[in-house]
Amino acid sequence: MTVHNLQNWWRRVSLESEVLYLFLRSPAALIAAAFVVVIGIAVVLAPFLAPNNPYDLSSFDLLDSLIPPVWIAEGEARFLLGTDDQGRDLISSILYGARLSIMIGAVSILFAVVLGVGLGLAAGYLGGRFDMIVMRIADVQLSLPAILTALLIDGIARGILPGDAHDRLMFFVLVVAIGLSLWVNFARMARASTFVERNKEYVQAAEIMGLSPWRVMFVHILPNILGPLMVIMTVDLAVAILLEATLSFLGVGVPADQPSLGTLIRIGTSYMFSGEWWVVLFPSAALILLIISVNVLGDFLRDALNPRLR
Amino acid sequence: MIPLILNRLAQSVFVMLAVAIIAFSLFRFVGDPIAQMVGQETSIEDQERLREELGLNDAVPVQFARFVKNMVTGHFGFSYRTRQPIGELIKSRLPATIELAFVSLVISLLVGIPAGIYTAIHPDRKTSSALLLVTLIGVSLPTFVIGISLIYLFGAQLAWLPTFGRGDTVQLGWWKSNFFTLDGWRSLILPALTLGLYQLTLTMRLVRSEMQEVLRSDYLNFAIARGLSWRSIYYRHALKNTLVPVVTIIGLQFGGIIAFAIVTESVFQWPGLGLLFLESIQFVDIPVMSVYLILIALLFVIVNLIVDLLYIVIDPRIRVAGTTGS
Repeated sequence: MTVHNLQNWWRRVSLESEVLYLFLRSPAALIAAAFVVVIGIAVVLAPFLAPNNPYDLSSFDLLDSLIPPVWIAEGEARFLLGTDDQGRDLISSILYGARLSIMIGAVSILFAVVLGVGLGLAAGYLGGRFDMIVMRIADVQLSLPAILTALLIDGIARGILPGDAHDRLMFFVLVVAIGLSLWVNFARMARASTFVERNKEYVQAAEIMGLSPWRVMFVHILPNILGPLMVIMTVDLAVAILLEATLSFLGVGVPADQPSLGTLIRIGTSYMFSGEWWVVLFPSAALILLIISVNVLGDFLRDALNPRLR
Repeated sequence: MIPLILNRLAQSVFVMLAVAIIAFSLFRFVGDPIAQMVGQETSIEDQERLREELGLNDAVPVQFARFVKNMVTGHFGFSYRTRQPIGELIKSRLPATIELAFVSLVISLLVGIPAGIYTAIHPDRKTSSALLLVTLIGVSLPTFVIGISLIYLFGAQLAWLPTFGRGDTVQLGWWKSNFFTLDGWRSLILPALTLGLYQLTLTMRLVRSEMQEVLRSDYLNFAIARGLSWRSIYYRHALKNTLVPVVTIIGLQFGGIIAFAIVTESVFQWPGLGLLFLESIQFVDIPVMSVYLILIALLFVIVNLIVDLLYIVIDPRIRVAGTTGS
């Protein structure tokens, strides 16, 4: 492709896509997207970027514990943002911690989407008793705040799994706990959209052709209701990351030898009164930056995809 | 109106029944209750006898009926962790949570409603932008980070306020209160602020958008055209219709306050129900978890019921729609 072609292509894409058009004209969305991209790259490349591996017990030394950041007199060049109580380099811990937080958040949302959209789509298309049952469950769950549901499922998992398996499976426990507390939004949205699509001609055409309900639902209707779901996915990603951080902060999340951002903040709070402020400050700042960026992107998408607000 | 209320009541009963089933299955099927109650040295025969005595060999529906009866009559059983009766545990922890929740609700309404009205009436003033910026922070920051920041600022740096526990309390019967000592109030400030800030931003945003909506309406334009004073327009005509949804706001906030009380109580080591629930999760104290679940669900159902009924009473449109619809 020549430069001229590329320019033409870009002009066409940016004029035709309203979302892209609005995106390029929203400074807040651009900055947030830049942050998300930078954080994303940093997190994916964490094993190469991080000076140390916080999961590897042999890579850190207790003698290095609680060293302040490099710009303070006692700081050392080896540890740019200082170290925590175990002597782990904070930058490395934050990179690996954010990686774990984002991974748990993303997989939980995926789980919530699959469950919620599947149930919502089926409820909207099939209607009847199935619809009633699904929506009743959704109503009951909607009256409980997500954090309460997540805590409860976490607690049940602790009861069912034996002690050692529990720590190993914590990733999946959190994914299930967070996913199960967020599926309702997706189900309701998918159901509402399916109601609209169900009576359109293309669905009738597919039905007349004798396609199975499964095929009509997942091959024909599903692609047409994905747009609005993207918005909830983005907004809820921030919610999921926040839930994980809160659970880990409360001490019922990932174990301390594989810290996520919430676990790091939990560790840091013990050192606030003795003057080691960096242990709690930097992980908190990373978490806030991550959540605000995703939130701003989600707000932008919601406004851009909602023509009534323009 | 009557069928509407009956329908609403039936819904509440359904929710409570669903929660009771969950709580019962938790208690009965997560882990073995007998293994939790007795030590290693108890013989198998003794365990079996205990199982028979407690009725754990009965048919599951019979056990469920017994469970519901126990819950209704206040026989909550014993904690696996502390061996205390759960009723006592809850009685000792409940006042702390209620007082904390009450003060943060008051903060959020007393500040949130006026601030929402102000930002709606004067959208161009600097104060409004400043207030809106504060709400943005309140929405974006996780509760526990707000709590930690307050502890760092007022506890560690300035050393003005205590950062954990309830401080001095006064005993009123079985109710331990923070409201009658200076130290009690000082201990209450930081947790209440932490819990109230998010609710405050929620109130403010809802009141603001509601007020903006009302300010655009025809009857208000008419009031302006009649040449009424702005004071009368804003505070007599607009405010009345803005405040109807506030009833719902309080209902909505209740759930948030209960849930985030868990986080706040953990940050400040505030000995309330939330902390009890968290400890019971950490130690897999299933009976406490199920009782907490039932209690919270009951509170939710009652509050939502009251909110809905109030709504039917306050808003004549719902009343009419309800009778013609059903």
